[in-house]
Amino acid sequence: MSTLNANTRQISYVDAIREALDQSMAQDERVIVIGEGVPDPKAIFNSTLGLQEKYGKNRVFDMPLSENGVTGACIGAAISGMRPVMIHQRIDFALLSLDQLINNAAKWHYMFNGKSSVPLVIRMIIGRGWGQGPQHSQSLQALFSLVPGLKVVMPTTAHDAKGMMVSAIKDNNPVIFLEHRWLHPIIDSVPESMYEVQLDKAKIICEGSDITIATFSYMTFEALIAARALLSIMGISVELIDMRSVRPLDSQTVIDSVKKTGRLIVADTAYKTGSIAAELISQVLEGAFESLKVAPIRVCSPDFPTPTAPSMTEEYYPTPGTIADAALKLLGKDSATNSYQELKIAITRKGMHDIPNREFKGPF
Amino acid sequence: MTPNLAYNLYYSMLRIRRIEEALAKRYTEQEMRCPIHLCIGQEAIAAGVGAALLVSDKMYSNHRAHGHYLAKGGNLNAMIAELYGRASGCCGGRGGSMHMIDLGVGFMGATPIVGGTVPLAVGSAWASKLQKKTDVTVIFLGDGCFEEGVVHESLNFAALHHLPILFVCENNDFSVYTRRNERQPDRSIHQIAAAHGIKTAHGDGNDIELVFNLVNKAVEDLRMGKGPWFLEFMAYRWREHCGPDFDDHLEYRTVEEIEGGKAACPIERFEKNALAAALFSKAEIEKMERDIKTEIDQSFTFALADCKPTLEDARAYVYA
Repeated sequence: MSTLNANTRQISYVDAIREALDQSMAQDERVIVIGEGVPDPKAIFNSTLGLQEKYGKNRVFDMPLSENGVTGACIGAAISGMRPVMIHQRIDFALLSLDQLINNAAKWHYMFNGKSSVPLVIRMIIGRGWGQGPQHSQSLQALFSLVPGLKVVMPTTAHDAKGMMVSAIKDNNPVIFLEHRWLHPIIDSVPESMYEVQLDKAKIICEGSDITIATFSYMTFEALIAARALLSIMGISVELIDMRSVRPLDSQTVIDSVKKTGRLIVADTAYKTGSIAAELISQVLEGAFESLKVAPIRVCSPDFPTPTAPSMTEEYYPTPGTIADAALKLLGKDSATNSYQELKIAITRKGMHDIPNREFKGPF
Repeated sequence: MTPNLAYNLYYSMLRIRRIEEALAKRYTEQEMRCPIHLCIGQEAIAAGVGAALLVSDKMYSNHRAHGHYLAKGGNLNAMIAELYGRASGCCGGRGGSMHMIDLGVGFMGATPIVGGTVPLAVGSAWASKLQKKTDVTVIFLGDGCFEEGVVHESLNFAALHHLPILFVCENNDFSVYTRRNERQPDRSIHQIAAAHGIKTAHGDGNDIELVFNLVNKAVEDLRMGKGPWFLEFMAYRWREHCGPDFDDHLEYRTVEEIEGGKAACPIERFEKNALAAALFSKAEIEKMERDIKTEIDQSFTFALADCKPTLEDARAYVYA
């Protein structure tokens, strides 16, 4: 369902990010990269592999375990003409830098009346599976979305990951770039040349007429599995919208869709209460209340931290089945049918639940 | 010391003192509707540092920034207008006293989260090094900063990358009303920097000649890539932590201590020595006073005549 020609080159999300960093560094010598493990043998899941060899130790840095201090140093460097890309292997580590992010990065341009700006990209990786547990698998997009002055994006496809990384580096604002770890291996059609994808626009993955499903990051992938099965087995037409950006939040694309379908599910990778899914539904209610035939549904993680043991995580995360059930509920469909049983079999993944789904390799 | 340098050092200190006094006096009119943290009694550190820098050098500061901003050459009209919340203020009225900036003279920004600008200054020095520039960055920090983790992180990073940054600690022993010995164990602040492998020196912040000479030496080193440097100066805050008044009646410090602090006045001390050495004359001081008064009066007139920004103005610059 890629909007691109299927004959174009296909690479993984993580390789797309590496290519975006490489091409941005080649094009603009102000771009520097810093993070814990950036030049080490594992190279942030290979996303920074070879960069230090190519661009040298004055542009590609490992960093002390000083998330707040180095974030501040990156802000200072950005104010002074550099364009740093900082990387956290887990979003959870970035919590140590909230003072610098919220008090300085987000407000520097504003509080000094536009006199200086902070062109800074901060990659944060959302972990999942293999017992990542309470402090290695949080989805904190709503937290960052609270703060005016920050841009927050979470691309889903390799194509968008590359284009949005290029755009984020060129942007004159601090951009929080959220990557779900389980998206890293998924491939997509990615042009070799450098290109930009805008940071403020949702993308319609597939058009449909019965129900709108708006999704964030990895939940787009889960929703796509549900949408394909709903169409092929039950004839239900889903309009799937990959939000791509959290702040700004492109609620208009969802409002336009809901005016057509009258039904809305929002699937998010985060806890339900106070989620960006909740905000999106609020905005849709304000913009298209009269179009809704039935109350919207949030599909989110439960309101407690992610546990570690496989027996506790197996049913923790929402699945394509959760999304399909929500869709059927909104449509008032009977689940005691043969086609429902067929649907459930089709969308229930095989193998262990706590590793990425190898059955789907992309493209979207 | 040359007469020219002596004149400039003295003028800079006196100007800061008179501006702060004028602010204190006018503050009670309640037209400056923002917190102010005056640096009366601590002028020698700001003036000594400012005199040793070039315009192309960069400076970051904190909540008590008026002296630093002025010593670096920050525009007085823009400062006073900012305190009055006017459109021509250095932040267009968005910041107030605690948010000083004048990029034209390398005053990169001051903000009021303790320790908050310390890593930014480190990043500024990092950028200068990566860009192969010879400018240096100065960051002012108080003794309270040494209770903030980010300051230790910043010292570590600056030392690791041999950055051209000068940390200037103004140790006035107080965090608001709380003494350092209630907040920190009995150990010296500059030795913390030394433990990070940073070159340090320390001394009496009321001695502007000492301040100037130490900063000069450090800056010379920094320009040759031999950074970073850390200087600790003892200082005394005469007035209340925040606001225009003396706060002797609160009795968190003794009368003897306050009197001792004032007796060590850096301006009187330098004046006495400079007059004795005939570096400048009493007549010249009188002229300085007149010039400063005229400048201050003009700045207040400018600020009060300036227009007030609106809520509509406040919507701008959320994003660059």
